[in-house]
Amino acid sequence: MTEVSPVRVTNNNVPLALTDDTVRNVSPLTLAIHRFSLWLKSPRPYLMLIGFALFIGFWYLSVEVWKLPRFSEMPGPTEVVREWFSRDPTYGLSVFTPEYYLHIWVSTRRIAIAFFLATIIGVPLGLFLGWSIRFKQYVFPVFELLRPVPPLAWVPLAIVMFKGSETPIIFLTFLASFFATALNTMLGVESIDVSYIRAANCLGASRWQVFRHVIVPGAMPFIFTGLQISVGVAWFSLVAGEMVSGQYGLGYVINTSYTMVRYPTIVIGMITLGIVGYVTSAAVRLVGDYLMQWRIRELALGGDR
Amino acid sequence: MARAFTLKAVSFILGEEFWRGVVSIAAFLIFWQVGSRSQSWFGFAFPWVSQIPAPTAVLQELTVLVQDQSFWISALLSTLRVFEGFLAAMAIGIPLGLAMAVSRTFYGISFPVFEVLRPIPPLAWVPASIIFWPTQELSIAFVTFLGAFFTIVINVIGGAQSIDVRFFQAARSMGSSTWDIFRRIILPATLPSIVVGATVGVGITWAVVVAAEMISGGGSAGSVGGAAGGGLGFFIWNSYVGGSYTQIVAGMISIGIAGYISSAVLRKIGKWITPWLSES
Amino acid sequence: MSVQSAPTRSHAPAPAPTARKGGVRIVDVVKRYGANDVGILAVDHCTFEVPPGEITVVVGPSGCGKTTLLNAIAGFHSLSSGSIYLDDEMLCGPRRLKAQPGPDRIVVFQNGALFPWKTNIENVTFGPIMQGRLSRAEAYDKARSMMADAGLRGIENNYPGEISSGVRRRVEIVRALMNDPKILLLDEPYRALDSLTKSVMHEALLEIFYKNRVTIFFITHDLEEAIFLGHRVVIMTTRPCRPKKILDIDIPHPRDYSVLTTRRFREFMDETAAAVHEEAIKAFTAGEKER
Repeated sequence: MTEVSPVRVTNNNVPLALTDDTVRNVSPLTLAIHRFSLWLKSPRPYLMLIGFALFIGFWYLSVEVWKLPRFSEMPGPTEVVREWFSRDPTYGLSVFTPEYYLHIWVSTRRIAIAFFLATIIGVPLGLFLGWSIRFKQYVFPVFELLRPVPPLAWVPLAIVMFKGSETPIIFLTFLASFFATALNTMLGVESIDVSYIRAANCLGASRWQVFRHVIVPGAMPFIFTGLQISVGVAWFSLVAGEMVSGQYGLGYVINTSYTMVRYPTIVIGMITLGIVGYVTSAAVRLVGDYLMQWRIRELALGGDR
Repeated sequence: MARAFTLKAVSFILGEEFWRGVVSIAAFLIFWQVGSRSQSWFGFAFPWVSQIPAPTAVLQELTVLVQDQSFWISALLSTLRVFEGFLAAMAIGIPLGLAMAVSRTFYGISFPVFEVLRPIPPLAWVPASIIFWPTQELSIAFVTFLGAFFTIVINVIGGAQSIDVRFFQAARSMGSSTWDIFRRIILPATLPSIVVGATVGVGITWAVVVAAEMISGGGSAGSVGGAAGGGLGFFIWNSYVGGSYTQIVAGMISIGIAGYISSAVLRKIGKWITPWLSES
Repeated sequence: MSVQSAPTRSHAPAPAPTARKGGVRIVDVVKRYGANDVGILAVDHCTFEVPPGEITVVVGPSGCGKTTLLNAIAGFHSLSSGSIYLDDEMLCGPRRLKAQPGPDRIVVFQNGALFPWKTNIENVTFGPIMQGRLSRAEAYDKARSMMADAGLRGIENNYPGEISSGVRRRVEIVRALMNDPKILLLDEPYRALDSLTKSVMHEALLEIFYKNRVTIFFITHDLEEAIFLGHRVVIMTTRPCRPKKILDIDIPHPRDYSVLTTRRFREFMDETAAAVHEEAIKAFTAGEKER
């Protein structure tokens, strides 16, 4: 039973309302592919290449060709690339050595545990801090008292408190991540437009129902921004912790490469950190995008007010 | 005005919010005290808390420290480092951010490189920084700079990009030149984001300074040039190595207070330069 | 399957149900914000009635306190003194200064409050499901038929962010009506719409009213809108507000846009324009801001 309908169209040729048919056809994948093809046609990919070329070019020229004063001590890009991709690396780490992946795995595992703990404790805590004024009045002062202490300042205390070498590092990473998550979640709840809560109350929802159907979904965008920040902060603390104490892990690699004068490996470590850090951050963002389809669609259609 | 302020202060102190905060902090301190003395009081030790020195001992330590000159010198040293790195980050980050927001081409070229470098934690730069810079101070300053730099740039871009396009249209229709528009629209409109970026950035700067001090002073990252170490981070690490746990906690508290004060100062300055925001 | 089709023109108004409900009596209400001496007086000894089964429109300059009244009825704000009755039951009064929000008085908000994270039909079925009055299947059936009645078929599975704001308002009204409220409280719902969409919305609202005969309490600053929609128009003074003039609009229902050019309509405009303009000037010189 199809009725013919004139679908009204805006200036951008975007329909004002998607009918059932189009909804079924526009999957997230299609939307993503469409946006990617738009990107390819813009000048952006080429500017990006220019940017990288300039950066790597400058690095190469200053270190290996012109041998500028301070720069000559550094490892140049060809050295690094050669080492990174060699089958028998001089300093023992390349994409072909198992130790490389061991270090990546150790660091990632620590991040995963710490981040997971920080999320399952931080998000509910943040939600309650935002939701119940009483709770906030009791708990927030202590929270704010502990938060300004930088993660690394906790290292000696953590070593004293916890046995073993893994736990202090994970604790450190957890702490930094936890504060970021809880704070952002709380801010997310507090930024929900009060009209939504009032509307839910009018419609007869109980306090718990409001929490579940309005507060939690409403705070989601902020929560996920917080989670991305939290992953970044986690890597920050982890690397610091690994450099100071512990064995294995990318921070440890960078540190020992320095002391053992294996300079190219330092850069390999840094680049690897960058890549892994980016991937974890992107993973969090993708999960968020998937859970919040409503937001993607709203943004994709230009959000008609 | 003063009367209104004292009225507000008094009603705050007499209000529920204040007392609830007091109750919780008191409960926290009591729990800490009991936990750390649990071995001697109860005969068995609480899992982790028992290893921490008691608040009373820490308080004693703090009173001793406050009178010790070298402590204040350390504090000053750390603060100076934070200051340097932070100012450098602002001096380079704000113009760069504005340039990226204003020129699409520049953004297209520089932002991807920026985004690729950003996930690398500042501390991972420490060895490279030590190799590159001639003195240890400079290498710490560089790493500190990096910490705040990325945050500030991101915030500036975000702020500049969200300026309502109608402000530009209004200015153009009133005959403003491009420089005018930059000075009178882009700069002021981006100020709130700059302030936010600065407040967050200073926290990161503190974290990096402490870390860098611990690593270069006490970690295995190489040369310890005597007086070139120092600072609160180094103080904490030293206390750990020397086995003085109360000093560790005292140091942590000091850093926390210092960090909090810097954020508060920045927030105040922020409010002062953006007076139009306090109306709500 | 058109979303933008004008609401189907009916038929004569449905016969009034036997028991009309939703009448509100506002008695000597005073609302002051803030501490006693320093506070802002928003509502100053306001008394008037909202008859059941009719559309009552309150008109006044921005910031005059009319939203405060609506919020008091809805249960979002407390009173400083006075009382409000709904069908002779006290909502709030001397012993209980704040009413409890509930599905008998549902608000349609100025900027829209459809939950963006739920689809339209999930929004519409929210009330009955939360209250447990209908099962999911029943609620969805009822929602689908009510949405179809309101000309909203086809967008059930879209999110509010994907449809235009005019359509969003209509969905919000259907969401409210799903709960058989005694009274609908509309807080300048069409303020943010352009005037062409507005006129379609007005007719849509009247359609819904003719079908359901729910009492409507409508706030606006637009005098034409008020006279067009209302059985009764209450003109408020500038802050602190109290009724300045109350008019019974005797233009017969059902009305449509052709009413706007009748002489009777113009007569009403004449009668009220001076009063409204006077208050508007007072508000302007007092520098009223929108809150």
